[in-house]
Amino acid sequence: MIGIGHYLVVGAILFTLGVLGIFINRKNIIVILMSVELILLAVNINLVAFSVFLGDMVGQIFAMFVLTVAAGEAAIGLAILVIYFRNRGTIAVDDVRQMRG
Amino acid sequence: MIQAAVFYLFATVVCASGLMVILARNPVHSVLWLILAFFNAAGLFLAIGAEFIAMILVIVYVGAVAVLFLFVVMMLDIDFAKMRAGFAAYLPFGLMLGLILAIELVLVGGAWAFGDLAVQARAAPAPGGDLSNTQAIGTILYTDYVFIFQLAGMILLTAMVGAIVLTLRHRPGVKRQDVGKQNARTPANAVTITRPTVGAGVDTDVGVGSGRLGQ
Repeated sequence: MIGIGHYLVVGAILFTLGVLGIFINRKNIIVILMSVELILLAVNINLVAFSVFLGDMVGQIFAMFVLTVAAGEAAIGLAILVIYFRNRGTIAVDDVRQMRG
Repeated sequence: MIQAAVFYLFATVVCASGLMVILARNPVHSVLWLILAFFNAAGLFLAIGAEFIAMILVIVYVGAVAVLFLFVVMMLDIDFAKMRAGFAAYLPFGLMLGLILAIELVLVGGAWAFGDLAVQARAAPAPGGDLSNTQAIGTILYTDYVFIFQLAGMILLTAMVGAIVLTLRHRPGVKRQDVGKQNARTPANAVTITRPTVGAGVDTDVGVGSGRLGQ
């Protein structure tokens, strides 16, 4: 029988993959943004699993707000990426310190 | 039995495609693996009866976010081979950290059980009967949580305005319509009436040209 533990383990694995993706793709900011999406997906899986197995609808409401924030974050992050590429011709994260005022 | 089979199918594919997102050499492949991961996560949600979140996940993540990623990856001309440098250097440390994190999270989550207090403290108990998941969400989203719902709309508006402001640019040398300038144009500064003598021609520098074309 599938219980909440199964879903939490899937969420934990996805979360870890997201953190690992940030670590091993430190030069490629596009993959870093995708890893952040993976982390938010893991959070959503946890929220929905808790909501369903506890019988409380608020978890699913909250998952929708996490989704909203994820969409906004992707839009802003990619916009910053586009203007950074337009100005410098590269998206190497190592050079970002030159953005300081 | 069939529920377990469906769960293990979707869970395996979502974890495998999550792994491929961070390991794929080509970021376009990463985005495609990400889309597969989102689809299978939606399948996981369907398996436990959260249909609305599953459909929203497909619409928002696959339809908007992943396509946005795909668009940006294909638009930017980037040497991705160079970005792989340091991949092997960070791998041992990342694996160690990830392993610790995974073991901790699995130990915490794998043996989770709800106490009586958590069951008593439910804010919006799921309605039983023939009320579907979407109806149940709608009845509390538009009543108890309407202000937070509107706040989510404001977040999206802020993100939209921010993305437009960041990426909008005016290139020099591109002619644009300037309505204010057009409306400010009067016959006094736009038209010059001259009466050239017959056979002498018109001095375009000071006559017709400057008057009609000058701003």
